[in-house]
Amino acid sequence: MTLADVIDGRGVIVCAGPGGVGKTTTAAAMALAAAKRGRRAVVITIDPARRLADALGLTTGLTNQPQHVVGVGPGELWAMMLDPKQTFDDVVSRYANDADQLDRILNNAFYKNVSSALSGTQEYMAAEKLYELHHDDRFDLVIIDTPPTRHALDVIDAPRRLTRFLDHRLYRALVMPARLGFRVVNIAAQAVMRTLSKVVGGAVIADVIAFFQAFDGMEAGFGERATLVLALLTSPDTAYVIITAPRQDRLDEAAWLSAQLAERQIKPAALVVNRAHPDFGVTAADAQAEAAGGDPAWTNLAQLAEVAESEERLITPLAATMSPAPVVRVPLLIRDVHDLAGLGDVAAHLVGQ
Amino acid sequence: MDPNEFFTTSRVLIVAGKGGVGKTTVTAVLARAAASVGLSVRVIAIDEESPLGGLLGLPKPLGPKVVTVTPQITAQLVTPMQALDDYLRDHGMRGVTSQLSRLGILDVVASAAPGIDDILVLAKIKQLEKQRVADLMIVDAPAAGHAIPFLRAPRALREIISVGPVNTQAVEAGELLADGKRCQVMLVALAEETPVNEAIETAFALEEDIGVTLAPVVVNALYPTIEGLIAPPRARSAVATAARFRLARLAAQEEHRGRLAAELPLPQIVLPFVFDASLTAESVDRLAADFIEGVRAL
Repeated sequence: MTLADVIDGRGVIVCAGPGGVGKTTTAAAMALAAAKRGRRAVVITIDPARRLADALGLTTGLTNQPQHVVGVGPGELWAMMLDPKQTFDDVVSRYANDADQLDRILNNAFYKNVSSALSGTQEYMAAEKLYELHHDDRFDLVIIDTPPTRHALDVIDAPRRLTRFLDHRLYRALVMPARLGFRVVNIAAQAVMRTLSKVVGGAVIADVIAFFQAFDGMEAGFGERATLVLALLTSPDTAYVIITAPRQDRLDEAAWLSAQLAERQIKPAALVVNRAHPDFGVTAADAQAEAAGGDPAWTNLAQLAEVAESEERLITPLAATMSPAPVVRVPLLIRDVHDLAGLGDVAAHLVGQ
Repeated sequence: MDPNEFFTTSRVLIVAGKGGVGKTTVTAVLARAAASVGLSVRVIAIDEESPLGGLLGLPKPLGPKVVTVTPQITAQLVTPMQALDDYLRDHGMRGVTSQLSRLGILDVVASAAPGIDDILVLAKIKQLEKQRVADLMIVDAPAAGHAIPFLRAPRALREIISVGPVNTQAVEAGELLADGKRCQVMLVALAEETPVNEAIETAFALEEDIGVTLAPVVVNALYPTIEGLIAPPRARSAVATAARFRLARLAAQEEHRGRLAAELPLPQIVLPFVFDASLTAESVDRLAADFIEGVRAL
């Protein structure tokens, strides 16, 4: 099994890993490799910084709609940047019973927080968008660049968490009486609300109640969709590629991520180690022996060989736990990638050319 | 500058930087460096998966209980849940946290007032600062892109919640952040294109939006130069290829360091690249000596 097989054969690739290891560039390079191998690939970034557009050499920013990157073939390369708020609005529009309900939700202050600041919302919307693009006839491969480490798991966990959030007991306690027309409000809930009002203020609580009332009747639609999204994320057509760098802390995070995926019955399809020091073909021991003669060129080679060897020693145990998933090393680049040519070099390393 | 004076400029030092720049390593280095000049230090981790414990030479990750690392260094984890628990216990409501959490009420509150979890952590830090638990508190700020929202939380929350205990906590946390004698933020960057861009953006966002005082910026993992190293342009031997690689890296990092200096008028303290990829507590000690040297050179 190679990373090229993964790129050729799967319908969805989720890129996950610690921050600062080049996930966005790797995701873009995989999409480029796929397009060059004849696939119609779309890459989604969650990162609001312009990194994906930058790596693709695009001068205009990306939007919530896939944009075609010209000049790549024989397949196609598309890219987009997730707008979580817009995507959430689209989801709400789909399940709202009427224009009035939609209006009440979209204009609620608490909804604005839920759709932009609730932890996990961004990740759920990424999963939602992934599902949507997977069923879009224009594409046969969707590659997603997730936020750093822990939040990558939110992409898998968020659909379930959000539906639970919209369906939990406090919500029922708040909404049920209003719905049934009873004046008898759950006493326990009332006590909780009184305490909360004291802590965070009455206006905030009023927004919360109005939101849950407006949302009433939409939970079922949300729940069904979440089940479908989760099924895609755990399907054999979806590959998880862990991206990391060869430093102890970055590899520890990658190992943690791999263990967390295993708990969710997911086995990573490949490990990509970016920023690896190049192997110059001489061992550190040999170079050190030569460096004893005082030649700075050998001192340099000895230092670089030492770091490359220590990196390999750290990668080996992680690679063993991931076997038979392939391990791909991408050498440390002197400069950032700013165009398709530079991205093509990274792509060549990934697919082994 | 005298290192003792440097480390007592403020009582709290928040170490911030984007993922992969070595923020947590620098936190551990600072703790060792400050302790080496005779100060007592409290290290605060906010991230439950923080590798700080290992970098400080502890056998286990940090937990909410204060642990003694050396006679001068103590360390602890501060999480929103535990900070809330402490707060409620201090106000006669022991055991309420788990109930709120089980009912999912904390999720609702956190979404109704985003930043409330950050305020809980900052309020705890502020409380520890008032208690003067150490000469210097070093806080490993949240990872990746969360440092700005974390530090912006007091202001954002004051707008949503105008009365009550949360408002009080937000106001007091805001005062701590804005007072350079009590609290400063130390940015960590790598001498590479994206990390330098991000450090510059973060610096301006922190200074202008939040009014924090910035400490000197740490340029981490800088390749040391090798005297007399030259790059033969066409030779294909291993030594020649390696020399070209080193010199290209050195040139790129000089360029980015220069750009950082030009766009961000802050003194820089440089830490060298550690050629052993498995960073240990011993390498942290060596880096602490380098840091002290960098402070003296300021």
